[in-house]
Amino acid sequence: MRLLVNKIFLALSIFSALIGLAFLAWILITLFLKGLSSFHFSLFLNDLVDGGLRNLIIGQFILAGLASAIGIPLGMAAGIYIQEYGQGRYAAAIRDLSDIMMSAPSIVIGAFVYAIIVVPMGGTSGYAGAVALAIMMIPVVINTTDSMLSLVPRELREAGIALGASKYKVIIDIVIKAAKVGIMTGILLAFARIIGETAPLLFTSETSNYFSLDLTESFPSLTVSIYDLANEPEESSRDLAWAASFILTVLVLIINLSGRFITRNKK
Amino acid sequence: MPVLNIKKFSFTYPGVDHPSLKNINLPIKRNAITALIGPSGCGKSTLLRSMNRIHDLYPGNKYDGKIEFIDSNKNVSNILDIKKENEFIELRQKIGMIFQKPTPFPMSIFDNVAYGLKIAGIKNKTELADRVEAALKGSALWKEVHDRLDKSAMGLSGGQQQRLCIARAVAVKPEVLLFDEPTSALDPISTGAIEELIVELKKDVSIAIVTHNMQQASRISDYTAFMYLGDLIEFDKTETIFLNPKEQKTEDYITGRFG
Repeated sequence: MRLLVNKIFLALSIFSALIGLAFLAWILITLFLKGLSSFHFSLFLNDLVDGGLRNLIIGQFILAGLASAIGIPLGMAAGIYIQEYGQGRYAAAIRDLSDIMMSAPSIVIGAFVYAIIVVPMGGTSGYAGAVALAIMMIPVVINTTDSMLSLVPRELREAGIALGASKYKVIIDIVIKAAKVGIMTGILLAFARIIGETAPLLFTSETSNYFSLDLTESFPSLTVSIYDLANEPEESSRDLAWAASFILTVLVLIINLSGRFITRNKK
Repeated sequence: MPVLNIKKFSFTYPGVDHPSLKNINLPIKRNAITALIGPSGCGKSTLLRSMNRIHDLYPGNKYDGKIEFIDSNKNVSNILDIKKENEFIELRQKIGMIFQKPTPFPMSIFDNVAYGLKIAGIKNKTELADRVEAALKGSALWKEVHDRLDKSAMGLSGGQQQRLCIARAVAVKPEVLLFDEPTSALDPISTGAIEELIVELKKDVSIAIVTHNMQQASRISDYTAFMYLGDLIEFDKTETIFLNPKEQKTEDYITGRFG
């Protein structure tokens, strides 16, 4: 009897796992078939206005890169504060707040940035988009930094102090170095996450059909353009959206895998 | 004259109402090895960690009494009076510490040994290289690592890592070295090497060592302090403690009746 229950349970588990995987496979296969059929190397050479994706890919990377430039130092600093300096209720409150922020709906963050940056500045801009992505990124970086630093043994900090180093020197020279691999992996995963975001950009940076480096204007974004293109009536636009989705998925996949690769190699 | 003179010293951890160390009077003699022994929870590590104020990494501790440090120029200062950051740095460069688990920093072998020197303000490359070499030779590690100084210290064996930590502490030329159960995470062969090294080191430094291993205390130390439940029960020459203790508690402990 017990054996039977065991078997039924096992079968159910496998069945549920397969359902999940089947949908994932379905998405990927559709994406690869549709994406590849409209994929062409010239997409990397032309801008959207000429039927290519060059400006969008570059724009997306600039937005995510600028967001990282804001989010990584802020997030790491906060994570270091919570783990190394913060005490009691104050640090715990920041940790909780960061956890809550991590699950904040991305569209809400977009709306928030719209209210505090887009409206006062009188229009959408690359800066606004980057800030929205940075807000998405900060709690993830805080969380990674916090938990990776907590894994560094106490004795290592004491050994640094015992040599006469000040606390901040021990943190910078020793503790962060010891946690480097974990923090880098976390940051890479955070980057992979924001590079595929649409909602925070939808009414902050919008997108642009032209190549642009001017962050004070609407800024080319791959994800927002996928959304726009998919809503176009022409077949050719929707094909382009598939190709863009395909490229985006491959990019995110590469970043994710390199994150895993770093962890595996260094540990 | 001792190098450290602990007088009427009491210590209380934060959030605890009774002291973990009560009215301790103990000299740490110059160019000798003083072993602190006693059962778990007797306060021997707490006492050792007071001597370089490493406790201060965690706030809320309460010190009472005095720990006098008499440096090589016969200047006397009370370690418990130290408040300023630069005084702490000075203290810890004069009183080094080696921990139970080896604590190599995640950097090259050379940079590990040079770390304390750089904090001491030595920037000259040749001087750094000379001091690192001397420290590694003094810790019997030079032969094993001289051709891979730029490799990560994490690749060394446990015993080598512990000798590296000793080299790192020795490099800044301290006057006192505190060992907190330095061999309890090591195999017997590495333990032997470390013990030899500690005996070798007392030519240049004064040593206090906390150990759970009574054979180790009798093998290497000149003086032994037996502690029990936060009290110093007996302090004397190691021979006397092990062969002819005055207190019944000491005898019970060293003959293995408890602990």
